[in-house]
Amino acid sequence: MEVRDLHVSFTGRLGLGAGLVGKKAAVARAVDGVSLSLQKGEVLALAGESGCGKTTAARAIMGLERPHRGEILYEDEPIWKDLRAYRRKVQMVFQDPTGALNPRETVYESVAEGLRIHRVPGDERTQVAKALSSAGMRPPERFFLNYPHELSGGQRQRVVIAGALVLEPHMIVADEPVSNLDASVRGEILALLMDLRRRLGLTILIVTHDLGLAWMVADRVAVMYLGRVVEIGPAEDVLVHPKHPYTKALLDVVPEVGGGGRPILKGEPPDPTRIPAGCRFHPRCPVVASGRAERLGILGRCTGEDLGLEQKAPGHQVACYLTELGEEP
Amino acid sequence: MSLLSVDELQVTYRTQGGPVPAVRGVAFELARGEVLGLAGESGCGKSTIAGAILRLLPKGTDVSGRVLLDDQNVLELKPGKLRAVRWTEASIVFQGAMHALNPVQRIGDQIAEPIILHGQAGEREALVRAGSLLEQVGLPARRLRDYPHELSGGQRQRVMIAMALACSPRLIIADEPTTALDVMVQAQVLRLLKELQRELGLAMIFITHDLSVLVETCDRLAVMYAGRIIEEGAADTVFRQPAHPYTRALSAAFPEIGDARFRMHPAGLPGDPPYPADLPSGCTFHPRCPDAFGPCSTVDPPLFDVSPGRRAACLLLDAGRASLRAAARTDDHADDDLPAEGQG
Amino acid sequence: MKPTIERPAPAPEPEPLGDQVKLPKSVKAIARTRRKEAALRTWRQYRKSKMGMAGLGILIFFVLVAIFAPVLASRCELSPTCASGPILSPPSWQYPLGTDDLGRSVLALVIWGSRISIAVGLAATLITVVIGTSFGLAAGYYGGWRESALMRVTDWFLVIPFLPLAIVLSVILTPSLTTVILVIGITSWASTARVVRAQVLSLKTRTYVERSRALGASHWHLMSRHILPNVGPLIFANTVLIVAVAILSETTLSFLNLVPTPPRTSPGARSSNSPSGAAPRSRTIGGGSFPPVSRSSSWCWRSR
Repeated sequence: MEVRDLHVSFTGRLGLGAGLVGKKAAVARAVDGVSLSLQKGEVLALAGESGCGKTTAARAIMGLERPHRGEILYEDEPIWKDLRAYRRKVQMVFQDPTGALNPRETVYESVAEGLRIHRVPGDERTQVAKALSSAGMRPPERFFLNYPHELSGGQRQRVVIAGALVLEPHMIVADEPVSNLDASVRGEILALLMDLRRRLGLTILIVTHDLGLAWMVADRVAVMYLGRVVEIGPAEDVLVHPKHPYTKALLDVVPEVGGGGRPILKGEPPDPTRIPAGCRFHPRCPVVASGRAERLGILGRCTGEDLGLEQKAPGHQVACYLTELGEEP
Repeated sequence: MSLLSVDELQVTYRTQGGPVPAVRGVAFELARGEVLGLAGESGCGKSTIAGAILRLLPKGTDVSGRVLLDDQNVLELKPGKLRAVRWTEASIVFQGAMHALNPVQRIGDQIAEPIILHGQAGEREALVRAGSLLEQVGLPARRLRDYPHELSGGQRQRVMIAMALACSPRLIIADEPTTALDVMVQAQVLRLLKELQRELGLAMIFITHDLSVLVETCDRLAVMYAGRIIEEGAADTVFRQPAHPYTRALSAAFPEIGDARFRMHPAGLPGDPPYPADLPSGCTFHPRCPDAFGPCSTVDPPLFDVSPGRRAACLLLDAGRASLRAAARTDDHADDDLPAEGQG
Repeated sequence: MKPTIERPAPAPEPEPLGDQVKLPKSVKAIARTRRKEAALRTWRQYRKSKMGMAGLGILIFFVLVAIFAPVLASRCELSPTCASGPILSPPSWQYPLGTDDLGRSVLALVIWGSRISIAVGLAATLITVVIGTSFGLAAGYYGGWRESALMRVTDWFLVIPFLPLAIVLSVILTPSLTTVILVIGITSWASTARVVRAQVLSLKTRTYVERSRALGASHWHLMSRHILPNVGPLIFANTVLIVAVAILSETTLSFLNLVPTPPRTSPGARSSNSPSGAAPRSRTIGGGSFPPVSRSSSWCWRSR
């Protein structure tokens, strides 16, 4: 799977009067030039705070949003050429397991839906039972006639996963798959995803705001800020030796025993309609704020020149002027 | 002398399906200026305790036990006195606080409201005080005139905290104050709470499911499961060396980044947190417990002392049974030889 | 440091699918069972509402009266030739509701008239619901210019005042029961459309709809399997109210003698007779029987 220079924007609504006067609607550049590649069988975590565009990017990858620029290639074919066939190979797991199931449909029907839409031949019952079983609901028949409200949160998420598995996809895009679940249940669902990866060779793209989760399950991590990937690389590198000031800031604030003395960024990520000039992180960057950027002579570029990902080490890319100088945040 | 002393608190909701015991005998003490963390997942009863302390639970709910706030039993106060106590002695920052603001009222008026209601100041003075409260929580005083939709999530949470401080209470109960916030904003709000707590000498009860947050902010920690406290002690020891299998599982869900043991090793508990209406027999945790043995399904353990100031409710900690369990491991028939049940 | 939790041994491979659990054998049977259970559940819940049951009872009573009209009062009584009673007499044992200006039993007129009222009410409601739901569904689902276009059309119909349109149409078109049904249908569907559209807009954003899209569902699949069933309860509630309104509208129209039924047996028609007759001094009962039907309809609605 390869994503090249993806741009997804949302245009705000404009009242009739404002339109006549010639005002332009605010354009929110939710995804502003993202490039990723995923190897078969790997787990990539797309991490960042809310508003950074990770969910929009994931939805674009699923074909649920149309990008206005950029390409998404799956096995070297653009996905928009045959979206229906693509959907059989790439499936999605959602954040809210309760909302993701039609309350009027039984578990059986929710899982079988994919089969019916694509008119998959074969014994539907066996396929549904197999999917539920793979998702950890055993014995599967016991759950056929249950309604979503009769199940717990963890079970509902398993049904959603079964619904994705029933089409035997090659890749799963999981949008915050466990953040709505109780803490003790999360581990089981994550273990299930890992198990599926091992047994079925699935490729998994996990969107999450929780770096601890990325540490637990991801091979590679891509950190996003305001529509761009600012750092991407193997999890051991990115999460233990972060090279971008934003990644470092995120890791610094993960609550820990004895923690709390470390710097916290001020303010909140700006609106995607008002992306700062130059490096989009510079208004909140501690390196800029502490004056270190000036001392190193890169301040002008931080505030003036926009930049993309630079190679730091094989497989580890960072979008920061510090990298060029070989400095650490 | 403690500020808050809760003893044998039991709360049972009356529902269409029958009585639901949400809290089944909880006891703890809170000294002035101390921060207690109450951890647990959905259905464990922690939010119910917050409501019980200030008697904010729906009518018809059965509340028994004692809640001594400065030596007054809140559960027995007459309505007039109760209203006087609410907000001036103890206040709550609610769950989903960001939606608890009235969208058509300016935030200044909302912060000033409790001050005026308690007769602590007139309108103008109350607004001035609201302004200074905003400054205390890190927002400029001129934002008094803003409406809630003009603020971001983190800012709204700060407004809720300012509201909680309005009548200078001595105890603040924070019910999931940072759950819906981003990590960065969460860190900012937590730091704010810590600073305020230190400056004003507040006692705090911090309720959340996120153990790692509690470890950073609390002095003591109590872990709840199915309406009971199943472990309590100093925050970092409970987190680092959990005595109860549930605490162990819960803390494993919040890994330490950089620790290789957590890589590719997500671990959780099978099953789900129990519904309060449908609790397992004996130790309520036993169906999910990796260390459960014979008596666990019939005996509900009380809190045993692990070390000074540390207690946990697990049969494994009962010295007598621990040896029985060791025996059970080696010999499958040891269960038949267990003595008759007495005090665990 | 924190100890990690022991992973339980990986679960064994799934057992072969047996039929240990008593289950319907086929997929169709599963769907049937589900529908049956859902219907039973809804009925059991409905039964709990006293007001709803009372409304339902009254409604059934009137529908039965309409169906069994020939049994309850012979057709003959409708024609002036059979009329044998005294003119405009007050209620008596023989004529429980009195007689009209032609000597016909008012009770017989009411019984026969209920047929028209209910028939018109139901038919008009059908038109209203079908048109309104289609417009609302399409507008809410598609959005964009299609929604704007459909909604503007809806708005146009929304503001048409009922009575003037009814009068104009009944003058222009050949007076018939169909015209009346059409008139009532045309003037009522717009509000249904708005209500349905609002609900569809909210349903469109539900995660299960998005999941279906991600699975590859077509527009038709989404509308028919996910959106329509969940709008269903709202449509049902709305329909019940509309029946009430339709019946009352028909009453209004026939009071104004716009409903062309030969002996003017529709309840409204009878009451319009009274002012022209000697009503102020008689005690004949006017078209008062149909408010109960519409009221019972609204009781059914309130108990939903």
